[in-house]
Amino acid sequence: MEDKSFEEEHPTKAFGWAARDQSGVFSPFKFSRRSTGEKDVRFKVLFCGICHSDLHMAKNEWGTSTYPLVPGHEIVGQVTEVGSKVEKFKVGDKVGVGCMVGSCHSCDSCSNNLENYCPKMILTYSTKYHDGTITYGGYSDIMVADEHFIVRIPENLPLDAAAPLLCAGITVYSPLRFFDLDKPGMHVGVVGLGGLGHVAVKFAKAMGVKVTVISTSPGKKQEALDHLGADSFLVSRDQDGMQAAMGTMDGIIDTVSAMHPILPLIGLLKTQGKLVLVGAPEKPLELPAFPLLMGRKIVGGSCIGGMKETQEMIDFAAKNSITADIEVISMDCVNTAMDRLMKNDVRYRFVIDIGNTIKV
Amino acid sequence: MAKSPEEEHPHKAFGWAAKDTSGILSPFHFSRRDNGVEDVTIKILYCGVCHSDLHAAKNEWGFSRYPMVPGHEIVGLVTKTGSNVMKFKVDDRVGVGVMVNSCKSCEYCHQDLENYCPQMIFTYNAQNHDGTKTYGGYSNTIVVDQHFVVRIPDSMPSDGCAPLLCAGITVYSPMKYYGMTEPGKHLGIVGLGGLGHVAVKIGKAFGLKVTVISSSSRKEREALDRLGADSFLVSNDPAKMKAAFGTMDYIIDTVSAVHALAPFLSLLKTNGKLVTLGLPEKPLELPIFPLVLGRKLVGGSDVGGMKETQEMLDFCAKHNIAADVEVIQMDQINTAMERLAKSDVRYRFVIDVANSLAQSQL
Repeated sequence: MEDKSFEEEHPTKAFGWAARDQSGVFSPFKFSRRSTGEKDVRFKVLFCGICHSDLHMAKNEWGTSTYPLVPGHEIVGQVTEVGSKVEKFKVGDKVGVGCMVGSCHSCDSCSNNLENYCPKMILTYSTKYHDGTITYGGYSDIMVADEHFIVRIPENLPLDAAAPLLCAGITVYSPLRFFDLDKPGMHVGVVGLGGLGHVAVKFAKAMGVKVTVISTSPGKKQEALDHLGADSFLVSRDQDGMQAAMGTMDGIIDTVSAMHPILPLIGLLKTQGKLVLVGAPEKPLELPAFPLLMGRKIVGGSCIGGMKETQEMIDFAAKNSITADIEVISMDCVNTAMDRLMKNDVRYRFVIDIGNTIKV
Repeated sequence: MAKSPEEEHPHKAFGWAAKDTSGILSPFHFSRRDNGVEDVTIKILYCGVCHSDLHAAKNEWGFSRYPMVPGHEIVGLVTKTGSNVMKFKVDDRVGVGVMVNSCKSCEYCHQDLENYCPQMIFTYNAQNHDGTKTYGGYSNTIVVDQHFVVRIPDSMPSDGCAPLLCAGITVYSPMKYYGMTEPGKHLGIVGLGGLGHVAVKIGKAFGLKVTVISSSSRKEREALDRLGADSFLVSNDPAKMKAAFGTMDYIIDTVSAVHALAPFLSLLKTNGKLVTLGLPEKPLELPIFPLVLGRKLVGGSDVGGMKETQEMLDFCAKHNIAADVEVIQMDQINTAMERLAKSDVRYRFVIDVANSLAQSQL
């Protein structure tokens, strides 16, 4: 009965995989998409990255999930239809959608290309859209989205490895720019070597920045240095190593969302250094005042990026041949992938081959 | 064998010192160095009582050395100048703040950020290059390198100017550094004490809209009528706080007790900045979600460099800004400290050193 109403909500049939409840287990789900409005772009989904947020949301860990929940906000595909007022895209274009599909277009943030900070920003999934229906994300065969929230994927970027840039990529690119941690010769630390962290290393290196990866796992050292191009590697539990690195970094991008102490990270910063968190631990962290004051240091946060900057990031990635390191999976392996993601057992992003493996 | 404080240096000096972690101050005989070629000798007229003096006197931060003569909001008259000193002459009215020396060669010193020099020497409770201790302004005289002495503008009252040498620069510097000076923007100031009340005055002089955020509603009339704040927010009134969510561009948090930052972060607009200036002994509680979802930031700041300190004094002179003070006699210092611990002062005690210290000498 339930499924019928989701199928009938909108005029076009769609198919995806949804989590039905807080167990977070995914299963096939028939639903529907709206008609292509005059400003909409419709595309066949080819790939969708699995972001850790998808896992948090599938299990309602943030308390905001609506079920059935079709996650996925690292979506790439090929345009099949464009609305009459669409100017930027045409049928056949390779495009992507990230974390947002709507905003108010009139507040301060929207006027400054910061749709991601708009109080009425609409997330790609599990959020109420302008028409009152719930949004469904990219673990599905087709997407329809307002042109404003679509980015072009340049020809030279492989689609599967570009998908994670739409969330992970912009999430680390935006703060590197905003907090001025993108100047050649600077020294930036990246905490955590996962989906976000590994892309942060690549972007920072492309900006001419010296990069130190800070991780709890010594096993990731060779990867970080040889494969990702980091300049050095610090094990956060290695007191001597951490001590020696104190006061050496202009900034740190902290991608870890688990609870962790930030005092040692503040110690790694030079005077006037900046610690930017892009992962969000649920409980407050302890902020020691002395080191912050004595060095005029900053702790800040950042959340994805606006649409203009997202396109800029994709173009930067294309110019510098930056893509995510991925493990491509079939749609029906999504539950296994989620189990592995919970244990951080992935180098470094799962990407679902929607185009070839999603079956009605 | 280490020399006694009285014999350590050639010139006798007298002040009041804390002798142990009780923080109780009492008369203390010590000595000051010869006036070197770069030095200025100052007869101290007034010294502000900063909350840091209280923290230090009681060893609340764990690095106090006794006997300790506190005081880093010093105003006085030049009595001697070294042969290399061109900026000052005898009888000039000058001030000394939180620092008396730095390395003068590192990148911070070269950028007029002596306050961030790793070898910066505090006016009291620190070690001089010669290994002796620094003693502060609760005393009759001090000898300081000219680089760390500022001129007091003629129009400023000595007593009202003294607190600017720490409290003033402590709020002025982050307002400049964090860009909190755009006219028309909205600044919230948490805590209406020594730092807070000066921040209101400086904020208004920058053309900002100023809201005072305080746990005591009794300070409201003061804040609005006398200090010129535009509005007042009682921080433990949840309804009023909620109504003010997302309305402030900047917040200066002057509270030195341990406290949660969450309520204040909610007051900030997107991209808002909160600067914390207090030095509680334990960490603050920082929620990360608001930082991430609103691209907000929490920063610290610690006094200011010498160039900026002079700039701040000149700015205050131009805008007729001085601290609101309660002048006390030297021998009232312990009572003043007790009242300070309860924030019972509007808004800074200033010791009338010149007129009361000598009388307390046995």
